[in-house]
Amino acid sequence: MALLQIAEPGQSPDPHKRKLAVGIDLGTTNSLVATVRSGESVTLPDVQGRHTLPSVVRYLAEGGPQVGYDAHAKAVTDPFNTIQSVKRLMGRGVADIKKLGDELPYRFERLDEGMPYVSTAAGAKSPVEISADILRELQRRAEDSLGGELAGAVITVPAYFDDAQRQATKDAATLAGLKVLRLLSEPTAAAVAYGLDEAAEGVIAVYDLGGGTFDISILRLSRGVFEVMATGGDSALGGDDLDLALAHWLVEQLDVAQGLGSADARYLTEQARSIKERLTDEPVVEVSLAVAGVEKNITIDRDQFGALIKSLVARTTRACRRALKDAGVTVDEVKDIVMVGGSTRVPQVRDAVQQFFGKALRIDIDPDRVVALGAALQADVLAGNKPDSDMLLLDVIPLSLGLETMGGLVEKLVPRNTAIPVAKAQEFTTYQDGQTAMAIHVVQGERELVDDCRSLARFELRGIPPMAAGAAKIRVTFQVDADGLLNVEAKELSTGVESRIQVKPSYGLSDTEIERMLKDSYSFAQDDLVLRNLREQQVDADRLLHSLEQALIEDGAVLLTPEEREVLQAAMVQLRELRAGSDYRAIESGVKALAAASDEFASRRMDASIQRALQGHNIDEIEEGR
Amino acid sequence: MDIKQNFFEFYSLPAVFEIDLGLLSQRHLELQKKLHPDRFAHLSDQERRLSAQYTAYLNEGYATLRSSLLRAQYLLKLQGIDTHNESSTPMDPLFLMQQMELRERLEDAPQHADPESELAALGEEVEHMMAPLQAEFCSQITVPAETSLHAAAAAVRKMQFLDKLRREIERLEDELY
Repeated sequence: MALLQIAEPGQSPDPHKRKLAVGIDLGTTNSLVATVRSGESVTLPDVQGRHTLPSVVRYLAEGGPQVGYDAHAKAVTDPFNTIQSVKRLMGRGVADIKKLGDELPYRFERLDEGMPYVSTAAGAKSPVEISADILRELQRRAEDSLGGELAGAVITVPAYFDDAQRQATKDAATLAGLKVLRLLSEPTAAAVAYGLDEAAEGVIAVYDLGGGTFDISILRLSRGVFEVMATGGDSALGGDDLDLALAHWLVEQLDVAQGLGSADARYLTEQARSIKERLTDEPVVEVSLAVAGVEKNITIDRDQFGALIKSLVARTTRACRRALKDAGVTVDEVKDIVMVGGSTRVPQVRDAVQQFFGKALRIDIDPDRVVALGAALQADVLAGNKPDSDMLLLDVIPLSLGLETMGGLVEKLVPRNTAIPVAKAQEFTTYQDGQTAMAIHVVQGERELVDDCRSLARFELRGIPPMAAGAAKIRVTFQVDADGLLNVEAKELSTGVESRIQVKPSYGLSDTEIERMLKDSYSFAQDDLVLRNLREQQVDADRLLHSLEQALIEDGAVLLTPEEREVLQAAMVQLRELRAGSDYRAIESGVKALAAASDEFASRRMDASIQRALQGHNIDEIEEGR
Repeated sequence: MDIKQNFFEFYSLPAVFEIDLGLLSQRHLELQKKLHPDRFAHLSDQERRLSAQYTAYLNEGYATLRSSLLRAQYLLKLQGIDTHNESSTPMDPLFLMQQMELRERLEDAPQHADPESELAALGEEVEHMMAPLQAEFCSQITVPAETSLHAAAAAVRKMQFLDKLRREIERLEDELY
């Protein structure tokens, strides 16, 4: 490191200091947090040495929520206040919840608001808030164990999560005060955990049967780049369903006359889970069950269990076939099959997958931890701790994005498995004379009818000047970022009337709600909130100043005229002055001003970097040609 | 953002139909490594925004050049012909007849004794018809004459028909799974 950095008093600390970054697997049943320590990815245990955190939150009338083991222990005795598998509710509407019906032992309220709120002793809780409580617990664990504030986190989501589910996950992180470096697909994270130490190349299939979701992803690995070729799965199928299938069978065996209560249902599901787990090592399991006044000994063997879950497992291999087809590869081209999720320990699942691919499976990394371990590796790179890393993860959107058109049909703008980030525009027109507004309905899914797809958002473009039908030209642009989150913009081209929306699912939290909740969590001390805002703006200012300093050293002389350099440097001096003050709003506007002033420079640098990338290549080719 | 280069220039490839797909994907990865938002995750919002825009352009370019139909359409577009968004153009009646027959078979496929292999057979037939059209396009687009350009466009219009059929086949296959 030959260059000297001059830091002013009160300026950001050593920018080369290692940033604390974690990978978080926010699972249906269990969650984990991992980090890279001395070059190795490790999951972080709690003070009692336990690595997994049950994704269970219990709300009490007094005091904060219990999260994890303590909450889990009360799941049977206090079922209404103890929320399990909240991931299944993320980004879901009330209608979806009704479909799940009696399988959810909770009481819901505020059903008119679209998003399901669970009634608890501590009031109505949205799935986003409940997930935020789990994230806070993991954050606390990581900060205690690493001894400092986290710079950011990579949070994993099932590849098959739609926009609403991803947005809900990101909102939960925001609510927990975590900076999200990236929402990463769970299968991609798993592939990273396997791929890096072996410098592998080729096609990898990741079979991920989690508690509540099933994902299959086909990736191509080449020179450190993990490229998702296709992804598929079922966001409403998981290990829990194996338990439920078994629990239903248990009910039949018990032959209970009266209906079962919530606590009974919980009890039987727990029993089913334990039987499932025992069947992994034992060929036959015998249990004695006591429920609703009936007591009985029940015996079940592997084949019986296999028959119960056969159709569920078959659904997963069907999805594998479709994903391979989408990726344009044959079964024989798949080099490795990575198994993720506790349910892949079930022998019948392993057999079926092995039979489908005709190859041995990769099971050497703990299938419960592999996702968090991979996410931590990515977080380490994204935080800027490994500037020389070649690793890059290229993702796709799992489900097509489109708009409602006449007759309730869907016009797809971005087909599934399109590489992200992506921007796609399409022009539409008015269908009535003098029409001055246009309703825009954004949907996600593969079906042709709007009603069969997931409704993401609705908004209106108003102020279109009255014209004959078909004369107005409205361009709708979809932008999907690297996290898979969608922004939609509509513009009338002749007048420039514009309307844009960050797609917030109809039943998600609005930005104002999140802000209010954040404020509430700081309600005891208004000062805390001010301090937090100030800290955030300072970090933003430092980040911008630091990257501009670097950029000026690297490219300032070549890409800018002396005058341009002076203007930029003056703007930097100004932001530094604001940064030293304590007015976070002033710093915020200073950051915006400097960003605007350096836009052109940043753009030139990108172009130069493209040229360098291609030129570098040309030289390689010449050398190879010799 | 102001990306003035067309996709071929962006990837520094000659603007022809027969491109080196291996080289394209190699350059794509190379550029991704420079431009992807993850490279800017720890940097300022501004750089992240810019990188997302560039990567979106890059991804669109890659998708366009990688697919033979999209590449052909794009080459025509560079010559001022937009076969993708144009309204109806007169087509070769013989070709249309052939299309109608294929569509009838497609409609009957779900009732076929073995729908899966019937769909596979249909798919193969579509690919068979695609190949000579690509050859035709390829030879016509290189000739700098108005008539050749129109012949190239005619070939692409036929390819579009076949592509639509191909997607219908895929949709039916999905439903069967």
